[in-house]
Amino acid sequence: MVKRISVVDVDLCVGCQLCMFACNRRFAEAGISRAAIFVQSVGGIERGFIIKVCRACKDPPCVKVCPTGAISKREGGGVRIDHKKCIACGNCMKNCPIGAIFWDDSLNKPTVCTYCGYCVSYCPYGVIKLEEV
Amino acid sequence: MEAHSLSKILYIDLDNKRYWVKERPELFKEWLGGVGVGIKLLIEECPKNIDPLSGENPIIFAIGYFNGIYPLASKTIALFKSPLTKDLGESHAGGRCGIAIRMAGYGAIVIKGSSDYPIYLVINENGVKFRDASALWGMSSTTAVGRILREREGTPGIRSIMRIGRAGEKMIPYACVITETFRTFGRLGLGAVFGSKKLKAIVISGRDSLKVKDPRGYRSIYDELYNSFIKSGAMKKYHDIGTSMNVMSLNLISSLPVRNLQKTKFEGINELSGEALAEKFLGRRIACAHCPVSCIHIAALRIPYENEPYFYKIKMIPYDYEPIYALGCMLDIRSAEGFLKIMDRVEELGLDAMSTGVILAWATECMEKGIITTKETDGLLLKWGDYKTYIEAINRIVEMKGEFYEALSKGVEYASSKYGGKDFALSFGGNEMPGYHCGLATHIGFLVGMRHSHLDNAGYDIDQKLNAEGKKLSPKEIGKMIFEEESWRQVLSSLVVCFFSRKVYTPEVISKCFSVIGIDINPSQLKEKGIEILKEKYKFKVREGFSLEKLRIPKRILETPTPQGVLKEEDIREGIMEYKRLLEGGY
Repeated sequence: MVKRISVVDVDLCVGCQLCMFACNRRFAEAGISRAAIFVQSVGGIERGFIIKVCRACKDPPCVKVCPTGAISKREGGGVRIDHKKCIACGNCMKNCPIGAIFWDDSLNKPTVCTYCGYCVSYCPYGVIKLEEV
Repeated sequence: MEAHSLSKILYIDLDNKRYWVKERPELFKEWLGGVGVGIKLLIEECPKNIDPLSGENPIIFAIGYFNGIYPLASKTIALFKSPLTKDLGESHAGGRCGIAIRMAGYGAIVIKGSSDYPIYLVINENGVKFRDASALWGMSSTTAVGRILREREGTPGIRSIMRIGRAGEKMIPYACVITETFRTFGRLGLGAVFGSKKLKAIVISGRDSLKVKDPRGYRSIYDELYNSFIKSGAMKKYHDIGTSMNVMSLNLISSLPVRNLQKTKFEGINELSGEALAEKFLGRRIACAHCPVSCIHIAALRIPYENEPYFYKIKMIPYDYEPIYALGCMLDIRSAEGFLKIMDRVEELGLDAMSTGVILAWATECMEKGIITTKETDGLLLKWGDYKTYIEAINRIVEMKGEFYEALSKGVEYASSKYGGKDFALSFGGNEMPGYHCGLATHIGFLVGMRHSHLDNAGYDIDQKLNAEGKKLSPKEIGKMIFEEESWRQVLSSLVVCFFSRKVYTPEVISKCFSVIGIDINPSQLKEKGIEILKEKYKFKVREGFSLEKLRIPKRILETPTPQGVLKEEDIREGIMEYKRLLEGGY
């Protein structure tokens, strides 16, 4: 079965963003601009955080709006991006209702979770987990 | 960008509303970043003997090589000339600002001049926007200002919003700058310097990715660090109860200053201990960006509306050990609700909690002793434990209502020069006392520390260890230990890592961390750097008139016994002189 990152309990999140830094380290780089997971507060830090990450939809809206077929469905749920086909139009980002497709400044192309689970090992409070779709 | 290429300094001129960027990689290579680079910039930019509340006083923000790269490197250093002590102003804050500045591509920000109307700055990798803040000026709460800027300026998750409250606008010399609602650039009056420049707020944001020289080595050392933090007992301690665990432990060893240090045992302990606050009020724990500890504790206080039955508001109020000490124990507030309400007001106004508490404690003792009466306070009867009156007094201080409150608004050193009661005016080098009365090293530490903060050299920590082991050291030995600790802390404050990580970030570990990002510096070079930075800070203080010999020692600390017994002035002086000898070249 294929996997995805799921949010166990968003109220456990302390907003440390270690998941974002971890995601960026997949490329062995520090910082956050290549991360495919994002943590932010809504209505102020005192109200808590939201975690934006691809939830591996079975029928992903981003696939439907890609003019070049660069985003394709992954079997079992979720997507893959073929950056060679991608023309960087940004339609996928605009059409993901949860905002889980991000912009990788280094590639100048969109980026999305690859469901590798690397970020999960750096979440100190068990907010996110890798689970079967 | 490359991780080793920290070099950009953003200069902002508020007089002419313009900005420019200078590449100064050599400055960072030589002085590491953070406080090291910051103090060099302060010496460059701040003319001698200026009025700290004039446009000539620069504000320097500096971060270091580790921000955005390693965990717990989440701090930003601010340097300025202090309107409170009239010499070195240095303040550290966490939240998101350290990461935001690095991710926007800057190593330091220098703010010069002053605006003729209220403004706020929006900073990102593309530069600076100067926005009119006239509509925000005079707002009663720093939280409201944060909410407005959050909506208006976007970039959630990757931004920091620094702002001042009424206290900063009124240039109270112990006003602070609040960042991310719950963190502060406290102590020594950065808020007043913002206010003097008509600078209401700064919104800074950035996204970046930094290439390292040895990618495999980077990932592996990152994992070592992460595992050390996760497994360390210190992390759990700071996460579970937070810094407020100190209330219980200091009370237990009779080192907790209560009622203006008339005593060291607190009768409200069961109400205001970290354990009690967590049990009854803890509403959320949050973390600084890139820090797994999440030591920030926020209380949820449910307050009923007086005129409407069955209707409540919930206030989210941050608490830490030092504010509990100053606004709780020092004022003998024995109700958690009372303490939280004072805390909330202090945060809304943007005052330094520690200075405010110490000043009010002094004023209360003055009233107790008949040095002042309700004539001076314009009818307010200040008495221990009465939080409602203290809140009113705080409002009057910020609005400087009358001669007495105006004096209080200038700090306890000033107020006691005017009204008397100097013997129990608890300030060190002009800065109000932190919450420790553990012994000789504690007070030598406050006195010699370059910002007169407990964090400069952690003398209180030396005392606590000595006391626990039943050991005693000579004043000279203490002076030396304090000098060594304070020198080393300059390195940590240059990277810029949080002091909570100091046991993990040893000289050897730091050297390895530098190596994988492409910078060679060995542990002994790091230690040397620390001493050099400390000397630069001292140079600035001396230039502005500071003298280690002339430090005033408040009598009160010699009267109230510490766990080491009653302290002797000559021992304190001897420790100071040893520190001075080492600092001036004898190490």
